[in-house]
Amino acid sequence: MTSSLLVYLIALPLAGAAILLAAGKRSNSWGHLLGTATSAASFGVGAYLFTQMLGRATSDRAIEQRLFSWIAVGKFQVDAGLLLDQLSICFVLLITGVGTLIHIYSIAYMSHDHDRRRFFAYLNLFIAAMLLLVLGNSYLNLYVGWEGVGLASYLLIGFWNQKPTYAAAAKKAFVMNRIGDMGLSFAIMIAFATFGTVSFAGVKEHAHHASSTALTAMGIMLLVAAAGKSAQFPLQAWLGDAMAGPTPVSALIHAATMVTAGVYLITRSNFVFDAAPNAQLAVAIIGAITLLFGALVGTAKDDIKKALAASTMSQIGYMILGTGLGAAGYAFAIMHLLTHGFFKAGMFLGAGSVMHGMDDEVNMRKYGGLAKFMPITAVTFGFGYLAIIGVPPFAGFYSKDKIIEVALNAGGARGILLGGAALLGAAITAFYMTRVVILTFAGAKRWDAKAHPHESPVLMWLPMAILAIGSITSGYFFSRGDALRNWLAPVVEHGHVEEQELLSPEVTSLLALGLVLIGVAIAVLKYRREVADTAPTNVSIFTKIARRDLLQDDFNEAVFMRPGQAITSGLVSVDEKVIDGAVRGVGAMTLGSGSAIRTTQNGYVRSYAAAILIGAILLIGAIWVVVQ
Amino acid sequence: MDASYYLYLAALLFTIGAVGVVVRRNAIVVFMCIELMLNAANLAFVTFSRINGNLDGQVMAFFTMVVAACEVVVGLAIIVTIFRSRRSASVDDASLLKR
Repeated sequence: MTSSLLVYLIALPLAGAAILLAAGKRSNSWGHLLGTATSAASFGVGAYLFTQMLGRATSDRAIEQRLFSWIAVGKFQVDAGLLLDQLSICFVLLITGVGTLIHIYSIAYMSHDHDRRRFFAYLNLFIAAMLLLVLGNSYLNLYVGWEGVGLASYLLIGFWNQKPTYAAAAKKAFVMNRIGDMGLSFAIMIAFATFGTVSFAGVKEHAHHASSTALTAMGIMLLVAAAGKSAQFPLQAWLGDAMAGPTPVSALIHAATMVTAGVYLITRSNFVFDAAPNAQLAVAIIGAITLLFGALVGTAKDDIKKALAASTMSQIGYMILGTGLGAAGYAFAIMHLLTHGFFKAGMFLGAGSVMHGMDDEVNMRKYGGLAKFMPITAVTFGFGYLAIIGVPPFAGFYSKDKIIEVALNAGGARGILLGGAALLGAAITAFYMTRVVILTFAGAKRWDAKAHPHESPVLMWLPMAILAIGSITSGYFFSRGDALRNWLAPVVEHGHVEEQELLSPEVTSLLALGLVLIGVAIAVLKYRREVADTAPTNVSIFTKIARRDLLQDDFNEAVFMRPGQAITSGLVSVDEKVIDGAVRGVGAMTLGSGSAIRTTQNGYVRSYAAAILIGAILLIGAIWVVVQ
Repeated sequence: MDASYYLYLAALLFTIGAVGVVVRRNAIVVFMCIELMLNAANLAFVTFSRINGNLDGQVMAFFTMVVAACEVVVGLAIIVTIFRSRRSASVDDASLLKR
């Protein structure tokens, strides 16, 4: 029974995390091995399930496993259940595959860290939560994984929380993600109120006859959720700071897998968005804005990890744009997600390898000419670079060009605007990635005398090499005979897809390639000469704005943080003055009246007698008045 | 003779007793004033018994006397004990319960 294997996908890494956290220091010597082994075992189970799935007919490839009845309250029935279909298997293989490679890489990368065991525990926790996210068969099950990856992300960004800025970065990511999580919980509530169920199958079944208002609201809320998790405009500000985490974390969580959860969510909810065109358009617009936003930020960053983070944001913008283009775009969004998982994880690991050799220096202006000293890193990074800018036959060419093509063919002004944004983004991507490569690997050396760049050990370059092979070949395999599109069709395509052609695929590809070449040429011309090892300060206002992440933090601070703090301090003073004042007033009143009345208890028998006498007289007088 | 004069006398005695309890400090005098009030009440009982022509008031007077006798026993014992320990029969000196 293959469906009963599903639970082991999640249980293995979860058990790994539990054992490593519970065993504590005792597992320091073997913790990293166990962590890697559970992740690899999970990949093994995933691969076995994949081969089994290949052997079945298209119609019964999806398998479900019901675990237990989770919530049963009146009409609200939720089972904890897992669903493995053509879409989730892509994610399972990506998460466990890339995850295992990054576990292996981390063994060497984190070898000098005395807390390496805890690091592997969190990585395993992340793998388990991410698998739960993509395997849940209802929005509520997905939500558990969604929160789980948020927790793991928080723990890993703040892994070196002895530095206050790193701890603050973790908190920032956590708080901004909360906004997205609110969106998801609202979407779940809307789904229950409208459809009476929160399972994917149930919502899909009823999506046709729901009101368009409800569907649009749900779609917008899902978009908010996706924007929070995937660092899309306007909730993008946390991703750059998330680079505070160790580099393998940036590669796994903040490039290859967790940040793509928003793309998964939208693709999984395709039946909602297909029935709510306005929400779908909003998705495409957010994607287009973010891909330009990220690309512009990427051009100005000197920190290699932050440049790559901006690039991640931009590439996820492409994916979100793809999912916003309807049935034609889902498959290509997922394809770009998978190829991006290879080349961006590979480049992040490359950046980690460079940092490893350069004493954790991240400023690219302090690099230069590293290709000679780190040939393997340079070559694997180079393959990732060629893949991301979209040079054929590397992976990014197949996936990104397809998204651009679908965007251009979306019809009318919408197609021209979205497609134009995607094309422009491709040119800027080519520019800033060329800049990263030139600053890091080419030119004259600019590092300090005390740095001794050296190639990383085999445990580090082997995963990079495997990911580089993925960045070369994966695009070809996915697009050969529309393999991935046909594979995903049962999940995402309902009814026929309208084909409108603005430009033929060949023309689009040539146009994109031309723009990419222009971007590369500008970067080569600009950075071919000597590069200053400190960032020049006499730059235009646009560069300054781009260096400040297009003022995203300034905006958030001015619009949300400051007024929020004002409201908070106002409420604190209300609490202290009004509410506490009332409570203290009651106390003071009781004390005061008590000490006033206390004087009557003076201990003199005669005054008691007098009081009794007066009381008796008053009582008799009152009775007399009443009787009269 | 009109029985109501006895009632006036009883009221007068009661008032003297009550005032004495409130204004005098000597415990013995206070005690005597209490006795005075009890006996004023007894007088009133007996007078009402006379007026109404039955024996209820008389019986009540006996009860009062028994209670008064008990009270004297207990009260004098307390006064003597206080006097022994404090060398004073003033009721104002015995105001320690407050503290």
